[in-house]
Order: sequence, then C-alpha cells, then structure tokens
Amino acid sequence: MTQQEQLQAEKIKASHNVAVTVSDLDLYYGETRALQEINLTIPEKQVTAFIGPSGCGKSTLLRCFNRLNDLIDICRVDGEILLNGRDIYAEDVEVAELRREVGIVFQKPNPFPKSIYENVAYGLRIQGVNKRRQLDETVEWALKGAALWDEVKDRLNDSAFGLSGGQQQRLVIARAIAVQPKCILLDEPCSALDPISTLKVEELIAELKSQYTIIMVTHNMQQAARVSDYTAFMYMGELIEFGETDQIFTNPRLKKTEDYITGRYG
Amino acid sequence: MKAVTRWIADGTPWVWLNAAAVAASILLVTGLLMLIGIRGIGHFWPQEVYQIVYQEADGSEVVLTGQVRERETVTATRLRESGLEVAEGTELVHRDLLKTGNRDITGQDFRWILEPSIQSMSKPRSMVVLEREEWGVFIGMLIGVREAGQLLENPDTWGDFELRLERANELRDEIGELEKNRIGSVNYRLERLRLKQRELEIKGKLDAQSLADIESDRALLQEEYRGLEQELVDLYSELQIGSVVVTTGDGKELELPMSTIVDAHRPNQMGLAGKIGHFFHNCWKFVTDDPREANTEGGIFPAIFGTVLMVLLMSVFVTPLGVVAAVYLKEYARQGIFTRFIRVAVNNLAGVPSIVYGVFGLGFFVYTLGGSLDRLFYPEALPAPTFGTGGLFWASLTLALLTLPVVIVSTEEGLSRIPRSIREGSLALGATQWETLWRTVLPMASPGIMTGLILAVARAAGEVAPLMLVGVVKLAPALPMDGNWPFLHLDRKFMHLGFHIYDVGFQSPNVEAARPLVYATALLLVVVIVLLNLVAIRVRNRLSEKYRGLES
Repeated sequence: MTQQEQLQAEKIKASHNVAVTVSDLDLYYGETRALQEINLTIPEKQVTAFIGPSGCGKSTLLRCFNRLNDLIDICRVDGEILLNGRDIYAEDVEVAELRREVGIVFQKPNPFPKSIYENVAYGLRIQGVNKRRQLDETVEWALKGAALWDEVKDRLNDSAFGLSGGQQQRLVIARAIAVQPKCILLDEPCSALDPISTLKVEELIAELKSQYTIIMVTHNMQQAARVSDYTAFMYMGELIEFGETDQIFTNPRLKKTEDYITGRYG
Repeated sequence: MKAVTRWIADGTPWVWLNAAAVAASILLVTGLLMLIGIRGIGHFWPQEVYQIVYQEADGSEVVLTGQVRERETVTATRLRESGLEVAEGTELVHRDLLKTGNRDITGQDFRWILEPSIQSMSKPRSMVVLEREEWGVFIGMLIGVREAGQLLENPDTWGDFELRLERANELRDEIGELEKNRIGSVNYRLERLRLKQRELEIKGKLDAQSLADIESDRALLQEEYRGLEQELVDLYSELQIGSVVVTTGDGKELELPMSTIVDAHRPNQMGLAGKIGHFFHNCWKFVTDDPREANTEGGIFPAIFGTVLMVLLMSVFVTPLGVVAAVYLKEYARQGIFTRFIRVAVNNLAGVPSIVYGVFGLGFFVYTLGGSLDRLFYPEALPAPTFGTGGLFWASLTLALLTLPVVIVSTEEGLSRIPRSIREGSLALGATQWETLWRTVLPMASPGIMTGLILAVARAAGEVAPLMLVGVVKLAPALPMDGNWPFLHLDRKFMHLGFHIYDVGFQSPNVEAARPLVYATALLLVVVIVLLNLVAIRVRNRLSEKYRGLES
C-alpha cells in the first residue's frame, strides 16, 4: 500500500464508516494477471464509481465483491477483501449468503422469464419465504424503492419481458433490493438505456445511497461526475487514483488521470 | 454469353436447384402418404358384389360371386406360358382379382379371373356380405331365418335377420365382458393365491393356519367362478338364437348359426350415404376391435394401445434420465477431455443400429436384470418367468436407452442457449447453483427438452426390430393395463403397430386378405405418431411462448 493510498484510507475512515476494504488484491485469469495490487477503502452509504478504459479491470474488480468471478474456472484471487470487517474469501463463507448481502445489477437488464411480481419475489422465495402477505409487502416496498411501483402496480402478473429497457433495469434493481442487501453493485447500469431512462436510474441511485453502499462501474464520465461521491480511476489492471469525485474531476493528482478525464485517451 | 454468366453468378441456378429439391421431397412424402392412405382406407369402403358367369379353362361354366379388388393388365404370352388358353391375336389381357369369400366351401377366398372369359356380369340387389368369426366373409344370398328348426314365415327376411344379429352382438359383448373382465379377474386372483401359497412354502412358513386361510379364500373364489361360469353357460345357450339359411352364388344352400355372424351388409342396395355410414362403421371397428383369425380380420386395438402405452412409458423413463445426464455434462462436470469423450460416445450411441439395442435389452435387461429380479422377488412363480422374459417394462426401457442420446443432445443445446446473464442474475440474488437450475435454467430449457422428447417419440414409436426381442408378440392375451391390481402390468407382453404390420404382411397365411390391412395399419401407425408428436409440439410451443423474449 502506497503512502498516498494510506492517506486516502485514513481520510475516509475519519468521515465515514467503512463498507469494503480491499488490500493487496491480485486476480489471475489463468496466467494473465488481470488485477494488480489493488488497495481500496470504500465508504458506507456513498456512491463509489470505477472509471477507466475498456478492459482495465473495473468490472472484474466489481465482481470480486460478491464472488461472481468464482463462476469462471480459470480465475484465481490473491489478497483480501473485507466486507464489514469480514473476509469474504475466507473458507467458512457461504457464497450464497454473501451474494444476498451484495446485490448486483448488470449492464443489460436480465429479468427472469417470469411475471414482474415473481421477478421481485425471486430472492425471497429462494430464502424460503412463501407467505403471501410478506411477499406482497416486500414486492411493493422494493418496487417503490426502485421507483417502478406506479408504472407496474396494475400489471404485476404480466411478463417482465413486456417492460421497456429502462423499466426492466429498474425492475432488476428492485429485485436486488428486495433481499435487503447491504451493498449494491452496478455494472454499467445505464449503458443499454436511452437518456430518459438513464436519468431515472441516476435519480434512483441518488435516492438509494441513503440506505445502501453503492459501487458502480461506468464508462460515462459525466455520469460518474453526476452521481458518485468517490471515484476510482483504473488502468491496465491497476488502481491509478482514488479520491472524492470533485477532487478527481477538478484537480487530479496524476497526469494519467487527467489525460483520461479530459479525453486524451481511452 | 454475358447474360448466362451473370445468371449463374447471381445464384439463380442454386435457387432453382433448391426449389426443385424441396418440391421433390414434398412430392415423395405426399405420394407415400397418399399411397398408404388410399390403399388403407379403400379397404373399409363397402364394395359391390358381382355375380359372374365365368368360363373356366376347361370350358365348363361356373357362377362366381365376389367383389372386384384389383384389376391388372398382363401379356397374353405370360398367360400362355402358365398354361392358360388365350384367343389367338390378343396381346394384352385384363384380369381381375375377385374376393369370393366362402373360404369354408371353396377353400380359398380370392381368385384371379380373366376378363375375356367372363360370360356375363350382374349385380343382384339381394347379395349379402356376412362377416363371420371364422372362415372370413360369406358372400351370397339370404333365404331366411330358422328358429327352432322352423323357417320363419315373414316377408321381411332381412329385418328379421338384423334384429337377431343385433341381439347376438349384444350377447357376444356381454360374454366378452364376462370372460375378459370378471372371469379374468377371478383367474388372476386365483393365480395370485397360488403364488402366495408357493411363496409361504418356499419360506417354510406354510403352517396349518395360513394353509386353511388360503384354502378358504380359494374356495370362495372357486365359488365365485362357478357362479360366473353358470352365467356364461346361460349366455351361450341364449346365444343359440337360431341360424340363417343362405345360398352361395352357384346355388349351394347352407345354414350358418346366428352366433357366428359378426356383421352384415348388403352393398348392392346401399346408396352413397349408406356406404359412407358403413365405411365409418368399418373404420371404427378396425380401431376399437380385437384382431381375429391370425390377425387377418377384426381390429387392431391392442396394437394401438400397446404402442401408445409403450411410447408414454418410454418418455417417462427417458426424460428424467436424459435431462439429468445433460445437466451434469453441461452444468456440473468440469469441461475437458473426459466430457468431450462422453459427448462423442453419446453421439455415437445415436448411430448404433436399433437391433443392437434389442440384443442388449434381451441380454442385459431381460435375462440378467429380469432373471435376478425373478429370483429375488418372484421366486414363487419360478420356473415361469415374471420379469425374466420380454415385457412392456423392458421394451420401454430398451427404447428409452435407444432414444437417450437425442434427449441428452437437445437438452444440452437448450441449456447452452440460456444467456449467462440469467444464471448470474439468479446466483447474484443468493441462489445456489441447484436453486438456479431448478427455478430458472431448467424451466427456460424446457422447450429444448421437449424438442428432444419429440424426436425421441418419433423414433421410438416407429421402432420394431428391438421390440421383437424384448416383449412384442403377435397376439397378446391381455392388455398391459386392466382392472386388476396393480392395473399397469409392466411384465406383460404387448402388441405393437409396427410389428403388427410385419406380422400381417409377412407371416400371414392369407396374403390377399392381409394386404389391405398392412396399408391400413401403416396408415394408423403414421396417424398415431403424428398425434403423439402434435401433443408434444403443442406443449413445446406453449413453453416457448412462455419463455419468449429470451433471445432479445
């Protein structure tokens, strides 16, 4: 951990609770080292954005937080990630349990081929909740939380495929918050959406951060500037710079960051 | 020249070639269906009866009656070579295949006649065709009905006759019901009682008490049997409701007991409506009746029943097995040389000739597994085998094995078509891999599974060769499903449409009578397969409708 990184971590610890601590994280795809020496402290109930050119490892890092990388046979992780002080790569961690605490929303909306209601209730049913009352309440609460309730309350039993792309994305967010996670990962949540839907999702992110820690990957610099509190700039599998969004965008410490933000490469 | 080059370059010849290939395929398939359709269905159409004065080769004149079944042209030379005399100067001769019936009198029920030798031909309105339980049909004229040795004095002879025929048929149905169901059930229970006693004997537990119990049970059953037998005797004596007096075309008079006649019609008096009615009547009987006379007469219901039941059972066996295997290969197994080897093996299994599966089924299922099952669970029945001989269970299992590759392959196909994002979405909500599979992946792959099942059904329903080794017979004494506990008798032998075609067509003593049946049975086999497939396709379409939008 460099001195700079340590300083940054101290600063965050002083003003916020810490949600995630990443220390000395290396990730390999077979022989290729996709992430190198990542050290990062992510504050609780704030929006943290990862930016960087394609293939720099932002999504890979994001997927480490709920161990989705485990699905790839050749993927290997070294180092430590603490979620609320607990090492998520420890042997005794139940992966399913962890994923319940860390929800994720992908680039393309991926509703299940079920009704709107069943999509939101999916996570609860997995947990064995089958009481109609409880399900109804949670579904309504989650859809309201995802600012979708008013649009779909009359057709909860229709197929989720009938929704527009933006609605589907908010449905997926509702599905994620229905299991009441602590942390929500957003992997380029707006890249497949039109501007109006994007705006709605961004508003939603701003609302959600009062309750959840949000970590998002985005390609869109303006979006990162608009919605995030902290920004991490990554390049070639390394974390180049991490700090408050204002500072990163107005006064980057490193030349590389500045070049990327001003559009000189990437 | 340039135009031709361009014509070739823009692909037009290929389009025409493709169109021609498609057209040829469609033509062949419709031609095939039409051939079996017309030949098969024509068998049920009531044909008119001709009375023909015919000059035999030796110059004598005979009167023949019968239905013209076929007409063909032969060269005169061929006929001369076979020793028939044909007038000089003729080169081509028409000849007809006449169905004369009356096998009991003339010893044959079909004969070829040469058209030039026909002296006269007429269609007397009074001609009747009687279907009998034995000896095929009778063709001739109705004289009267005799009851208690007395010819009835009634001008409406046909009305008299029909009334009695109806009564006779009712009684026959009752007898059939009694023999098959009630007496069959008593026999079945007696047999089980015998097996129970033998079982106790083998185990050395046969004491005086249990023996007395069994004896009293047996006495009860035998009492019941005697009651039923009395009923049966009564019915049979009731069935002796007189006889009909008939004459053949050449004037021979004979008397046929009412109880032997199954059906009757007067084709020469039928209008179009009457013929259509009789046609459907015949079709219905063909589909619902049991076969008679070495399968050359009667219906083929047991074969339809056996085919459908066997296919359904096969589906029950093959679907879970194939799906589980495919899920393991695709979802759980680490992809590598081993899985690749298994996949190659599975694909090769699909190419193994079906008779090989039959041999395997006989050697492994029937003799090894069945033999062990018998020794373990049915020692009381030995040396008569229970599962140690071909039967419905082993046949279904053999065909399940045969169709396993298609189910595995199409299930794997279905699984691989499910986007990664759906699986990740489910896993990200805290579902385990198993929950993801069960709640999301498998339902979405169900259209693929159904496709596999459709292919499996299509293949299994038409398979004959392996079945001959593992349980299909030409005539099964009882259906594999009836009212006796446990209702579904997996150990019984059964009949099958495909084998029925083979049996009727090639093993039948009466070739001419059997030929139309071959076509009719083939048609029915096609219909059964199409129906089974339609059901499966409907289910699949509903499923894919449910999970549509998957591709977007």
